[in-house]
Amino acid sequence: MKALMNQLRESAVKAILNADSPENLEALRVKYLGKKGELTAILKQMGKLSAEERPVMGQLANQIRTELESAIDETRKKLEAAALEARLELETVDVTVPGEDIRFGHKHPMYKALDEIKEIFVGMGFTVLDGPEVELATYNFDKLNAEEGHPSRDWSDTFYFDKDSRVMLRSQTSPMQVRAMETMKLPIRIVAPGRVYRKDEVDATHSPMFHQVEGMVIDKNVTMADLKGTLNLVMQELFGEGTVTRFRPHHFPFTEPSCEMDVQCHKCGGKGCPTCKGEGWIEVLGAGMIHPKVLEMSGIDSEEYTGWAFGMGLERLAMRRFKISDLRLIFENDVRFLEQF
Amino acid sequence: MNLSRKWLTEFVDGVSVSDIDDREFSEAMTLSGSKVETYEDMGAEISNVLVGKILSMEKHPDSDHMWICQIDIGQAEPVQIVTGAWNIHAGDLVPAALHNSLLPGGKKITKGKLRGVLSNGMLCSLKELNLDERDFPYGVISAAALLNDYHPLDKDKPSIPADIKAGDKVFGPVIAAAVTAVENAGINLWKCTLSTGDGSAVVETACQNIHVSDIAAYNTKSESICTLDDLHAQQAEFPHCIPDGIFVLHEDGIKPGDDIKPIIGADDHVVEFEITPNRPDCLSVIGLAREAAATFGKELKTHEPVVKGGADGVLTELLSVETPAADLCPRYTARMVRNVKIAPSPKWMRERLRAMGVRPINNIVDITNYVMMEYGQPMHAFDYRYVKGGRIIVRRAYEGEELTTLDGNVRKLNPNILVIADDTRAVGLAGIMGGENSEIVSDTVDVVFESANFDGTCIRKGALSLGMRTEASAKFEKGLDPLNTLPAVNRACELVEMLGAGEVVDGVIDIVNNIPEPTVLALRPDKINALLGTDVSTETMQDILRSLQFGVDGETISVPSWRGDVGHYSDLAEEVARFYGYNNIPCTLVSGESTLGGYSDEQLLEQRLGSLCRAAGYDEIITYSFISPTYYDKIRMPADSPERESFKILNPLGEDTSIMRTTTLPSMLEILTRNYNFRNKEVKLYELGRTYHLGGKDGLAIEKKYLTLGTYGAKVNFFTVKGLVEAIMKDLRAESVRFEACTDNPSYHPGRCATVWAGDECIGVFGQIHPLVAANYGVDTELYCAELSLEKLLGACGPDPIYTPLPKFPAVTRDIAVVCDKAIPVAKLIDCISKAGGKYLKGCSLFDIYTGSHIADGKKSVAFSLTLRADNQTLTDDHAEETMKAVLDALERDFGASMR
Repeated sequence: MKALMNQLRESAVKAILNADSPENLEALRVKYLGKKGELTAILKQMGKLSAEERPVMGQLANQIRTELESAIDETRKKLEAAALEARLELETVDVTVPGEDIRFGHKHPMYKALDEIKEIFVGMGFTVLDGPEVELATYNFDKLNAEEGHPSRDWSDTFYFDKDSRVMLRSQTSPMQVRAMETMKLPIRIVAPGRVYRKDEVDATHSPMFHQVEGMVIDKNVTMADLKGTLNLVMQELFGEGTVTRFRPHHFPFTEPSCEMDVQCHKCGGKGCPTCKGEGWIEVLGAGMIHPKVLEMSGIDSEEYTGWAFGMGLERLAMRRFKISDLRLIFENDVRFLEQF
Repeated sequence: MNLSRKWLTEFVDGVSVSDIDDREFSEAMTLSGSKVETYEDMGAEISNVLVGKILSMEKHPDSDHMWICQIDIGQAEPVQIVTGAWNIHAGDLVPAALHNSLLPGGKKITKGKLRGVLSNGMLCSLKELNLDERDFPYGVISAAALLNDYHPLDKDKPSIPADIKAGDKVFGPVIAAAVTAVENAGINLWKCTLSTGDGSAVVETACQNIHVSDIAAYNTKSESICTLDDLHAQQAEFPHCIPDGIFVLHEDGIKPGDDIKPIIGADDHVVEFEITPNRPDCLSVIGLAREAAATFGKELKTHEPVVKGGADGVLTELLSVETPAADLCPRYTARMVRNVKIAPSPKWMRERLRAMGVRPINNIVDITNYVMMEYGQPMHAFDYRYVKGGRIIVRRAYEGEELTTLDGNVRKLNPNILVIADDTRAVGLAGIMGGENSEIVSDTVDVVFESANFDGTCIRKGALSLGMRTEASAKFEKGLDPLNTLPAVNRACELVEMLGAGEVVDGVIDIVNNIPEPTVLALRPDKINALLGTDVSTETMQDILRSLQFGVDGETISVPSWRGDVGHYSDLAEEVARFYGYNNIPCTLVSGESTLGGYSDEQLLEQRLGSLCRAAGYDEIITYSFISPTYYDKIRMPADSPERESFKILNPLGEDTSIMRTTTLPSMLEILTRNYNFRNKEVKLYELGRTYHLGGKDGLAIEKKYLTLGTYGAKVNFFTVKGLVEAIMKDLRAESVRFEACTDNPSYHPGRCATVWAGDECIGVFGQIHPLVAANYGVDTELYCAELSLEKLLGACGPDPIYTPLPKFPAVTRDIAVVCDKAIPVAKLIDCISKAGGKYLKGCSLFDIYTGSHIADGKKSVAFSLTLRADNQTLTDDHAEETMKAVLDALERDFGASMR
């Protein structure tokens, strides 16, 4: 019997290890270890053995069972691994095939640039204001010290809605300075972006409608040094750390002293190149200390309060930021253009 | 404003081009407030062009018109240059562009062979040096008709026989004459000895193209050499007898080998300034010299004009001036010059004018321009003959009065325009342009110089209304210094005497109507430092102001008359800052009370809507706020619609941009159309823009903001847009949102248009654009748009979310399909299901609508997926069945819908 069992062991293990599919393996399990299996069949003959032989044979039988079970187990794992491998291979995809088409929309480049500016100023405690585009000449000119006779008031420069030149399309965002002074509590820190209108024919650098952002601070002890410091900081944020700026005297009716701010040309580092028209500098904004007359006209005591203001054209900023060569692209709204931002 | 740097050195030492190069000069001037636009070296394009003396000329052996010249260029050996020009003679000094030289326009000259003969360069014409006869009046070339150059137009019928010889008759008194000798007799004057066949003649001529052995046409009657005009000949008949050629130099003190640049004034450098409107004083050489002196810390050398005078006559007897329009003429100053000799002005004056961009004309006109450049004071010169009655009257023009201005145009005037008139008529537009009727001409004898101060606004409006902004009006409109008129007119008279252009009558007519009191200000150094954020000493401030010619007496500052822009301590602060240096002002941050800042709710909503649209694949656009009135027709807006009431721009750029839009739809359609025409296939766009409506406060507009969507493409349909509208309403947590069919919006497809509501508020409209509207835009595809009011969206924003516990028990889904009348809206079925579903129904979603085979005509099959769940236990089959039965019963009862 022992010989019989050993023979079984040998052939069973061999068969099990050679099983080539899970079904095959299961069949072998049933064949050897099932209720009607070969090992069971042998064990059924145990009754015929002597009392001394029985435990020995029993032990051997258990040993064989354990051995077969572990062989089955081992083979199953092997088969499973092979099956998994085959499946993975089958499931392999070409990773270079493009992904599912998910298309987000794009913010207009002009507003992209504007939003950056707004964020910077909001971070510094500025309130963002909106205001009317159909505006009174009083706000656009008179209260900004641009008296009757100022050239910008000409019908050749500004759009009007009435013969008396009273109601107009604002030609600058500066009337928001006056509106803020008249309605807000001091101290004031505002930025006011928006559309402005001037009678310019459309070309690569002009448009009858464009955008500006106005900024203003009024408080006690506000100085021109503060204006410089703040705008310098904004330029660092906007154009990157280490951006070099300079301030040049200029003239605006509503600021005194007035200045224009240039940023050193990023392309040539100030040496002069086609981008900066050989100047080494690119003009970015106009600014100045609010004219005492302007403060007084809006009921602010100019002996106690001072302020500064700036105005910046946004199209030019966006054009420079994204190297857009022609202003007309901004208003053309070709999706092939919009999708680039 | 152009500035000749050579001219500048007349007023400031140490600022010549050799002291400070253009770049450094421009940078410093820009930083002190005189912004430099560009600068130019006038001779940058000319190099290696020298004065050459023609030693000898011989005819080119293989050419019928070229000369081989030996040219002395101041070196040991002469150079050989071949030229095709006929106006030169041995002994002439000419500009010689040598081998490897440069000429204006980037032209490079190198040596080469001309028909086999070596030419080491080129002799230059005026034009080749970028000059013309106005720069060098003596450079005019006249040509004789040389019979040896005759080329008949018709070979078979020559007017002049090819073998013509001295003595042969040409026509009438004109005979052929051989030139036997040519001798110079002065500038552009030649003494020619002619052989007339049987005799000889000596004749002087201005024609420069005559050389020994030429055959000239000699008019025996007038004893002159004939030009082409004299022969009534065409240029083609005498191809080389042209009024063009080499620029023969007649300048004193030049010799072979000299650089041509200083001789033709090309050694000057010109700087172009952008002068701000508050500084009309800087529209002059003296004004800029003042700034330059202060900028570079140099002395300003001023000049007091000295006039000898002494001409015959008493000024007040010759001329009287009245200013009835005194309010528009604060000052009128005039002087007279007699026995004027009109001639070209001297070279130095022409060069300076040219550098400043002014065309030289004649000595008197050039003097007025010169003084205008130098002093910034526009001047005018009248021919005294035509000032009738010797009276000058400064008055408003009469309605309909006409005047022909110097440019030859007839101007129709009105009382808003100021004129200079005599007894009978207007002779000039004050401050704008003179009249043709009193123009300086070649035989002018007596001249009146006007140096006046006119009201800036009047001049500006006058020039604008006549559409003729001139150099003078551009200066006047900014408001000039009334104290400048007298020195300017004296300077003009001084120049007349210096140029020998005439005799000045003693005395000045000077009508003073209004000269403002000098402005006196307190310096307030502490205030200035507080404004600038600086610590500049009082002494430094005083020095700066002194360098700008302000009167400084302690802290009392007298503002010079030409600085009308200074009237407040803040103006003084700017003067201090300019010369202390804007870039020396420190950089600090705003101190004081901090403010919170931020965005308004509306601005935050705009940002949120933008993000939602972009997440849905929509690109942002920006469109013009103004449109054409015809756009309302294009979107089929009814003719009587109140929405057509728009703000109209009275002075629009064009019809297309003439009214403020009351709807954003045409703008969006315009952009969709453009993209469609660009063949962009899938387009999704949004704009956050405004509309403008009548009826605002103070006559202003009611400005409303709209979110406008626009899309087209293969996968786009009504529900694409509706999906986004729904998603937006959901994101805003709007409550009671519903959609209603909208069949009467003429811009939209009556069967594919809906309004969206939140409670009782209509948020907007969306749907497919009416095919007729699309056709108006020339678009042959389905366009979809939405117009949502930002104000209404803001109002519809729901409260902040409050957390609801997640379900503890599983849900089951049951699908049903019912057949009902086609006309029944799905929303009503869903409503019915929701009501009938009771507490277990947690969700109902549509998944199919079907019409076609197996469904009767006029019916549709609608399939829903229902989600059922109990809140407190696992849902039993009984409960589920109960709910489904209730739902189906209700559908049957309300709509006659049956299970499919």
